Amino acid sequence: MATSPIDQLLDRATGLRRELGGQLHDQVSEAIFADAVQIANRSVSRAGQQAAFRFDRAVDRVVTSRIWGFPLMILLLTGVFWLTIAGANVPSSILADLLLGTVYNGLHAAAASIGAPAWLSGLLIDGIYLATAWVVSVMLPPMAIFFPLFTLLEDLGYLPRVAFNLDRLFKGVGAHGKQSLSMMMGWGCNAAGVVATRIIDSPRERLIAIITNNFSICNGRWPTLILMGTIFVAATAPPALASLVAAASVVTVTIIGIFVTLVVSALLTRTWLRGEASAFSMELPPYRPPQVLRTLYTSLIDRTVIVLSRAVVMAAPAGAVIWLSSNIIVGDASIAAHVVGFLNPFGWLLGLNGVILLAYIVAIPANEIIIPTILMLTLTVGRSELAKAGVMLELEDDLVYQTLTQLGGWTTLTAVNLMLFSLLHNPCSTTIMTIWNETKSAKWTLIATLLPVALGIAVTLTTATVARLAGWI
Amino acid sequence: MSNHTLEPTAPAAPHAACATCPVQAHARLRKLGVDVSGWDYTVALAGNPNTGKSTIFNALTGLRQHTGNWPGKTVTRAEGGFVYQNKRYKLIDLPGTYSLLSTSTDEEVARDFILFGCPNVTIVVADATRLERNLNLVLQILAITDRVVVAVNLIDEARRHGITVDTRGLTRDLGVPVVPMVARRGEGLPELLGFIAEVASGAYQTRPRHLALRNPNLERALDQLIPQVTAAFPGLPNARWVALRLLDGDPSITQAVRDGTLGDLSRGLAPAPIALEVV
Repeated sequence: MATSPIDQLLDRATGLRRELGGQLHDQVSEAIFADAVQIANRSVSRAGQQAAFRFDRAVDRVVTSRIWGFPLMILLLTGVFWLTIAGANVPSSILADLLLGTVYNGLHAAAASIGAPAWLSGLLIDGIYLATAWVVSVMLPPMAIFFPLFTLLEDLGYLPRVAFNLDRLFKGVGAHGKQSLSMMMGWGCNAAGVVATRIIDSPRERLIAIITNNFSICNGRWPTLILMGTIFVAATAPPALASLVAAASVVTVTIIGIFVTLVVSALLTRTWLRGEASAFSMELPPYRPPQVLRTLYTSLIDRTVIVLSRAVVMAAPAGAVIWLSSNIIVGDASIAAHVVGFLNPFGWLLGLNGVILLAYIVAIPANEIIIPTILMLTLTVGRSELAKAGVMLELEDDLVYQTLTQLGGWTTLTAVNLMLFSLLHNPCSTTIMTIWNETKSAKWTLIATLLPVALGIAVTLTTATVARLAGWI
Repeated sequence: MSNHTLEPTAPAAPHAACATCPVQAHARLRKLGVDVSGWDYTVALAGNPNTGKSTIFNALTGLRQHTGNWPGKTVTRAEGGFVYQNKRYKLIDLPGTYSLLSTSTDEEVARDFILFGCPNVTIVVADATRLERNLNLVLQILAITDRVVVAVNLIDEARRHGITVDTRGLTRDLGVPVVPMVARRGEGLPELLGFIAEVASGAYQTRPRHLALRNPNLERALDQLIPQVTAAFPGLPNARWVALRLLDGDPSITQAVRDGTLGDLSRGLAPAPIALEVV
């Protein structure tokens, strides 16, 4: 009966653990803490005046107050989006004039002068170039304003206060308070948000945080919301209030996202993922004067350029695919027209259309290209319809609004439901892979992928039906 | 940038003594970004959340790992490299943790790397404004490895709050070098680099403080278990800590004992790197 030294060691440890009783963990923690306090007391001295601490606390009392916390949060978010929308207007139209007008026409003129075949200039200019040009002109200005502002809020120390305010709500639905932190990571990127759920100890609560992370609007989706808010929702308001209404609509969708996160978390803790909420303590970091220039630099380089280049890289091949599928004729119509026609009835039920649904399939690798894909598809599929009727579209005169309303037949309902669907649809493929990596479970990956789409269909179906029954459309 | 050598007023060659003077050394920091091939030393960056680990990481490597003023920013390890005094260093930015005793994934990433990754130096970044809570982690890390440099960061914020930290006294109490820093402005970086080099090469012999457990029964149990740990794993640098974790029934340490990961450690082999993707 020869046991190895390792087995003997483990047996001995188990035996001694029983003798010591169950308090060991706490005793060790307390002993270490007592030691730390002793050392700290010897080496730290505090002067009488602690004005800075008091200032931080006074600010915190307001920012995290039960009464003022949420209104202040909504106000700040609205302010950020308002600055984004109001500030992006002018550079957006300059960029669009340049890229979609001057350069686009110049390219076509150049192609014609060297006698390039129509299919080649179509593929390169109307496909690849146009898709990337839409990405840049539509997304660059709002991102270049929004990301630095958001990063400044983060640098200042405001985001943990938002998490602190939300903590109560998460606890209320039986989820982990730290979910508020991973949720806010998701406001940058859902894949990063899913990885951030590692800070949650309990596997049950971590799964809830992973499944609901997709309800945080990510970098790739902010531009869609900002654009829809700017050109459609704002159009329903008097011009003086337009940007404010647009900002409010984006904030509303963000808050619906938080609300859905809470509702889904509550449902999960009452069905598949039952259990007690575990306690945790969160430290509010001190307010630090933001390093404005550094923040501007890193948020422009790290977020704006990365998101934009990801969009451009995805948009170029997507543009080619869209152009080809819109110009290869099978039977009586192009491939894209067939697919769009097939999806149209279902899209109509949801208050959307076939183009939007097809765009969401094309954009699974990157949500960033939703808007350019929709515009391209609307232009190519719609234009061929119009061309049959003898109507020509001058690209530089009509920007996004006219393209979508005249060619795509969009209404305010389409835009609102697109905003809702942008919030509630499957995660991008990177996020799906990350969920798989973190859970290693096909079941939970599938649930995290399909649950948001199911919700999106249910919600848009409801709003479309209500809007139609009420006669708003 | 060799313009300086062309200036007529500059001496043709610096005095021999200057070349070895630590004051000159900071200028010889070469940031390598993500190029971590063929390093001489590995250095781990640990510390409580939101103490400026990523800021120090960026300052040393020239990378732009996202820094943000909130706890939980870094949940995976990030790696980068730098050259200092002709030695190549690989720097690993660990997730911020308050303790190494519980079992969340981010704490395990940090704990496993310090234990199994065998870094030549572990920098523990501490927040000067919340020193006693930060020392908690310092003491736990000192129980695992004696090659530690403590960076007391955010000294400027502490000053704003009327707090002064006696880093010399801390150095005495902890038995490892303690550097006051304002990482955002690069203050204390040359001193930190100097200590990293000295601890890595063994020129600075640390005498880390031992965990005072304040419990005679526990001490007796440890006295019985430690010899068995050293018998099973001769040469293990942190037998006392391993014994303590076994007494506490730590599942991942029990697993490491059983599957031989700890055995590799005692034979001086670094086990296979812990597979964790860097996002």
